Amino acid sequence: MTDPQNQTNDPKKQMNFEINQVINQPYKYGFTTTIEKEIFPKGLNEQIVELLSEKKNEPDFLKSFRIKSYQKWLTMKCPDWANLNIKPIDFQEITYYSIPKQKKKLNSLNEVDPEIIKTFEKLGISLEEQKKLSNVAIDAVFDSVSIGTTYKEKLAKSGVIFCSISDAIQFYPELVKKFLGTVVSPIDNFFGALNSAIFTDGSFCYIPKNVTCPLELSTYFRINDKDSGQFERTLIIAEKNSQVNYLEGCTAPKYSENQLHAAIVELIAFENANIKYSTVQNWYSGDEEGIGGIYNFVTKRGVCIGKKATISWTQVETGSAITWKYPSCTLIGKESSGEFYSIALTNNYQQADTGTKMIHLGEKTTSKIISKGISCGFSKNSYRGLVKIGSNAHCSRNFSQCDSFLLGSSSLACTYPYLDIWNSSSIVEHEAKISKVSEEQLFYLTQRGISVEQAISLLINGFCKDVVNMLPMEFATEADKLLSLKLEGTVG
Amino acid sequence: MNNILLTLKDLEASIENKTILKKLNLEVKENEIHVIMGPNGSGKSTLSKVLAGHPSYKINNGSIVFCTKNLLEMSPEERSHEGLFLAFQYPIEIPGVTNYDFLRIAYNEKRKYLKESELDPLEFMKLTEVLLKKLKIKSEFLNRNLNEGFSGGEKKRNEILQMLLLDPKLIILDEIDSGLDVDAIKIICEEINKNISKNSSLIVITHYPRILNYLKPTHVHIMIEGNIIKTGNMELVEILEKDGYQGIF
Repeated sequence: MTDPQNQTNDPKKQMNFEINQVINQPYKYGFTTTIEKEIFPKGLNEQIVELLSEKKNEPDFLKSFRIKSYQKWLTMKCPDWANLNIKPIDFQEITYYSIPKQKKKLNSLNEVDPEIIKTFEKLGISLEEQKKLSNVAIDAVFDSVSIGTTYKEKLAKSGVIFCSISDAIQFYPELVKKFLGTVVSPIDNFFGALNSAIFTDGSFCYIPKNVTCPLELSTYFRINDKDSGQFERTLIIAEKNSQVNYLEGCTAPKYSENQLHAAIVELIAFENANIKYSTVQNWYSGDEEGIGGIYNFVTKRGVCIGKKATISWTQVETGSAITWKYPSCTLIGKESSGEFYSIALTNNYQQADTGTKMIHLGEKTTSKIISKGISCGFSKNSYRGLVKIGSNAHCSRNFSQCDSFLLGSSSLACTYPYLDIWNSSSIVEHEAKISKVSEEQLFYLTQRGISVEQAISLLINGFCKDVVNMLPMEFATEADKLLSLKLEGTVG
Repeated sequence: MNNILLTLKDLEASIENKTILKKLNLEVKENEIHVIMGPNGSGKSTLSKVLAGHPSYKINNGSIVFCTKNLLEMSPEERSHEGLFLAFQYPIEIPGVTNYDFLRIAYNEKRKYLKESELDPLEFMKLTEVLLKKLKIKSEFLNRNLNEGFSGGEKKRNEILQMLLLDPKLIILDEIDSGLDVDAIKIICEEINKNISKNSSLIVITHYPRILNYLKPTHVHIMIEGNIIKTGNMELVEILEKDGYQGIF
């Protein structure tokens, strides 16, 4: 008889092993594209800021916006209040401008370097309009520059402007001047000021009055260069009675150095306008030892200026070594409303400090926060949210639900809700829950023939369902896939 | 002569260094119904979990052969695919996962394993509806999260629904009668009896002889302190009912 001890020495170890195998799935998007590029010397100073502005042939207002932001940035300090361990960032070691070299100005997508087109195809994003999803217009950003925007003409017919922010600065300077920096002031925070000084590209959308944007708008950000940071800037303006759905996706190659990504997104919704902004963030998160990965410091903010305006943020955050991000809504218009739906997944040594701010200033304003944090491995996952009800925000309401899910016994989940209420006729509710995958749940599911890997993915998808359901169809599928790919952790 | 389905030889199993099953021997053939009775803590539930491959239990000695294969080499999901089904005493709640999704995935996983084509959602729905009717379960039951907020009876019915879907060869009922009213026991046992005719076998773990009015056991085992100390037929149950476990010794 064989010794049965060798066969099933420790089934628990076997189960953990299986789970570990799934955790260590390689990052699919970690490849690099070799292209000829034009870069600035490393480091940041006033000359670099000026050079950038001149290179991009920007109007004076923008140049002085940048320089003022830079000067302010010099006086600011990197924030340390978040629940994050960050190695000091050497801002002089970063390249602030890196663009694929072009011999002449591009007139159409056909003239884009085939290597770059291939890169986006490898990422599942085809820039050839005819082959693409028929209802999404895409702006593709490669390192510091927008590569191309699809469906421009079709959008233009309905009056929608969707282009790179660099183009917007050239062709619609009055709109940019009027709105840029009005939601996130250049002096708002350290990374915001840095972005305001040095932002290289990003997307611009303008939805005129009474227009429902006929396509979903989408930007895909790709960091390719090893030493360059990505500082993009997105500005979306929705005029009275207009509507727009905006999607954002991000990936980066695998490098052992950390790369910096400091973006700003500003949303402006006028009376009865509706902006829905969805993100699937899958920047490279570093390896299983915590080496490398993107530092993701993002300031995203929206303002509901008009009556009954709505801004809705949905985010699926699975990548980055460090995520520092609080998409917010300032609710000024009467009966305006803000929503925040978030899934943040951290694995290995990833750290996320993310959440939202809902600032109620107008009467009868409402906000809803649903946050789902999943921590695996040795990661740290914090929800940080502020609900502020101003003294004039009579009869306002907030509902918050912050759930955490722990996989394994070495990860950390924290919730920091801040409530700042100045109006007694308003109602604020907060719910929080923490759950863990139990061995008994896994046993039950495996007994029914479902593998451990599938079982965990099923449990996590169940946990995230409320938020995934908020995503547009194409994104929901992508998010589901991404979650299944990245979700698994250790069961302790 | 019926084929042998399951053979346990000198099985010793422990949890956290505490030995629960001691030199256990058992043979189950096709078309048999084995009842295992015993006082609390005698190792009945441990036996069911060891058979299903619960990761907390360690096998220290002995062997288990299921359908001529070494069961101890198989993962819990392989055991399930090979036809081993455990109806749980306390089916655990799985929040966020609908009963329907769960059932369909479980069902299709087995089909995949058997290299059969998977059923699409519509085909699967048809199949399930037939079973729901049999078990007198309303179809909205499928939209609820797996076992979440289910009453004791609903949980047990759901176990039987899964059993019918997965069509197992060896069914282990761990205290299936606890938390069920008489009518429910009857329905469930009827369905089980129908299954048995297709060469399946049963191991029924129970405290109460009540369920044995509906299931006709071929073997009755008395388990005490991790070992089967006596094997017989229904007469053993009658003695037990009259004199308790003392009457057995």
